[in-house]
Amino acid sequence: MAAHREPGRQDTAAPAPAIELRGISKAFGPVQANKDISIRVMPGTIHGIIGENGAGKSTLMSILYGFYKADKGEIFISGKQTQIPDSQAAIAAGIGMVFQHFKLVQNFTVLENIVLGAEDGVMLTPSLAKARKVLVELEQEYGLNVDPDARIEDIGVGKQQRVEILKALYRQAEILILDEPTGVLTPAEADQLFRILHRLRDEGKTIILITHKLREIMNATDTVSVMRRGEMTATVSTSETSPEQLAELMVGRKVLLRVDKAPAEPGAPILEIEKLGVVDEKGVERLKGIDLTVRAGEILGIAGVAGNGQSELLEVLGGMREARGNIRLNGAPLSLSGRGCDGQARRQRHIAHVPEDRQREGLIMDFHAWENVAFGYHRDDIYCNGVFTDNATLRRDTEAKMKRFDVRPPDPWLAAKNFSGGNQQKIVVAREIERNPDLLLVGQPTRGVDIGAIEFIHKQIVALRDQGKAILLVSVELEEICALSDRIAVMFDGQIMGERLPGETDEKELGLLMAGVSGEAA
Amino acid sequence: MDVMPRWADVVLIPLISLALAAILSALVIVGIGEDPVAAVSLMVKGALGSTYGWGYTLYYATNFMFTGLAVSVAFHAKLFNIGGEGQAMLGGLGVAIACLYVPWPHWTLALIFASLAAALFGAAWAAIPAYLQARRGSHIVITTIMFNFIAAAVLNYMLVVVLRPKGAMDPASARFPEAVHLPSFQEMFSTADTALFRGAPANITFFVALAACVVVWLLIWRTRLGYEIRAYGHSETGARYAGISPFRITMIAMLISGALAGLMAINNVMGEAERLVLNATEGAGFIGIAVALMGRSHPFGVFLAAILFGFLYQGGAELALWTDIPRELIVVIQALVILFTGALDNMVRMPLERLFLRLRGGNG
Repeated sequence: MAAHREPGRQDTAAPAPAIELRGISKAFGPVQANKDISIRVMPGTIHGIIGENGAGKSTLMSILYGFYKADKGEIFISGKQTQIPDSQAAIAAGIGMVFQHFKLVQNFTVLENIVLGAEDGVMLTPSLAKARKVLVELEQEYGLNVDPDARIEDIGVGKQQRVEILKALYRQAEILILDEPTGVLTPAEADQLFRILHRLRDEGKTIILITHKLREIMNATDTVSVMRRGEMTATVSTSETSPEQLAELMVGRKVLLRVDKAPAEPGAPILEIEKLGVVDEKGVERLKGIDLTVRAGEILGIAGVAGNGQSELLEVLGGMREARGNIRLNGAPLSLSGRGCDGQARRQRHIAHVPEDRQREGLIMDFHAWENVAFGYHRDDIYCNGVFTDNATLRRDTEAKMKRFDVRPPDPWLAAKNFSGGNQQKIVVAREIERNPDLLLVGQPTRGVDIGAIEFIHKQIVALRDQGKAILLVSVELEEICALSDRIAVMFDGQIMGERLPGETDEKELGLLMAGVSGEAA
Repeated sequence: MDVMPRWADVVLIPLISLALAAILSALVIVGIGEDPVAAVSLMVKGALGSTYGWGYTLYYATNFMFTGLAVSVAFHAKLFNIGGEGQAMLGGLGVAIACLYVPWPHWTLALIFASLAAALFGAAWAAIPAYLQARRGSHIVITTIMFNFIAAAVLNYMLVVVLRPKGAMDPASARFPEAVHLPSFQEMFSTADTALFRGAPANITFFVALAACVVVWLLIWRTRLGYEIRAYGHSETGARYAGISPFRITMIAMLISGALAGLMAINNVMGEAERLVLNATEGAGFIGIAVALMGRSHPFGVFLAAILFGFLYQGGAELALWTDIPRELIVVIQALVILFTGALDNMVRMPLERLFLRLRGGNG
């Protein structure tokens, strides 16, 4: 632990914690999001908070940042009891928050974004001049270089994140909270971020890092607290723990962090993609001539940072987007525009699709589970009597699927929104896999899914592969790609940067490809 | 987990909203120096106290059922069709043309084909805003409301230039022939010794409206099309994923919606006036919005809400007739009901949800 102390201080004991929470509880109706949580975050450290989705991490941070009011409990900042009724108070107390989804005005410059909400006076020019000066100082102090006059929409996500950090520092934050900061970054960008965080820590800032990625916790933090079901289950020194132990603390039982699978036995090509191009509604070229082949009995993983064309690729294959080029499925062409290019036509060709965003695409959140089990297949004869839907059959089918896929609670009448992320995903996966498709498209299969369900969903995907089906997997989690894929293709800027076999590459090489560096390894 | 049990959502909230509207109305009546209790009893007696009163209440309710269903169907596809007024006007034009230009041998045939004409004209009037929404992204709220004005102008032109009999002074069509006269409640239910519903405009169309409620319920909750309409209404991206065409659903939902609004014309034009007059719809298209909101876009809810608004219309008319309470106040009362049940839904909902949360928290 790199405890940083100001030389002049005459404390006899250890310094007061930068943040201390005592007995924080927060309930949303019957759901106890935080149960009696106490935590001490020492100044000048990076403190990780890890836990599954829904474990209560975000609620706890929202309380700290003044978005929610705790039902019970006390907050101490640097040893002083503090009320944080709103985010203004949090900022005044020296807390800065970097959200998962950046809160930046796209068509403002970096400087304007930093000043936004912290202008002094009616006229903007003096504030901007002052901010520019402060920005230069911050840059020198922490190595956070960005061009103050660049527009947000013109700079990459890594830089945008730095702007968020600068915003917090400009407001004189001593404590920085980062919520899942690496979700949109390449491995290299993530490494840069961690270098910045280490430097901030060494300069005396306190950092709270919220993540569900064990690797980041191990690499970046000094101390780690584990949350499970609203409770703080443990706080340990990072150097004295292991990923396996943390996973067990998160889930409450031993988990397999690897995927057990036999070597693939690829057969004939199922999906052949040639020169696939997509131009989106704004006229931006999203796919720039992609060639790919997926064979029977193999999982082709598409690695890449979010927003490099993977979503568009899935959408084209799923019939949600028009494109040009050629795609053949089992040797016969798929139509890429006009009639015959929609989800119904794709399903008739035995393409099943677990979409990237199950809440906006894969499920209708307000529908009952049994209505969702037909979603996309609702015109199938088995679910219909003429123009009417056969609801009794649907409900029976749903019960059976829920049993086979261990969906909890196994209640067909529950609305999709009332299941946890993992169980929602199980409903989607059950629906798509049980159609016995020739080709399964899978986008972000485990995003927002708890570790226990991840294990289960991975097993189902591998089982489908072992039946000789072709699987196209898109994920921004490099670990997931490496664990599941039999072959890995890396996408960057709408192109395939290269294909690798998982046994013959490493995350470093993949990371370079993901960043668009193909040079030496091609 | 849903915060509130379903009965609270469907029954309790409308009842509380209604009570609030009633209290406020009572205060207003007290404010102008009248007796609210007497006013209410007069309204109840006038609207529900006799078959005559019921005959009017149900006549109005029939109009509101059609327009309420029209708004509901569109709303399931997240389309806010506030053009029911114009679609009902055009439906009236269709009815008038069908009744005036075809020599029907019997009212049953006339009813079937006039209904078809009304539905067709209403649907056609909804089709243009629907197309503009689906293909060009023109907002349906703007286009449908504008189409109300166009419909009024079209109707005006048709009545003055085309349908007005030679020599007639008022802008109205000729009287429909006797053969297309629809049986009124009076003719249907009166016996030799007791005359029921005497002089009241309620007619056989009421049962058509009931049938429409059942058909809409089947459509929305039991058919593939209804499934697709609801899915599209909940999530457009989801619909795209499932291969449900947004264009197709927008068009179909609006055509059905317009057809339902148009069908209202068989009640007011064919059943009551027996000729087409200006402003035959009397704002029923707009009341339909409140009816659909209060009825939670569910046909049974629409049925109940339509009866309630029928009561308010008829009771209000009685009030204006027999007391010094001015006609304008009746509009105020109706407006309060619409305001509380429709627009201020969340004002009741949010405290109630909090109450239920606390209750449940206490149990768990």
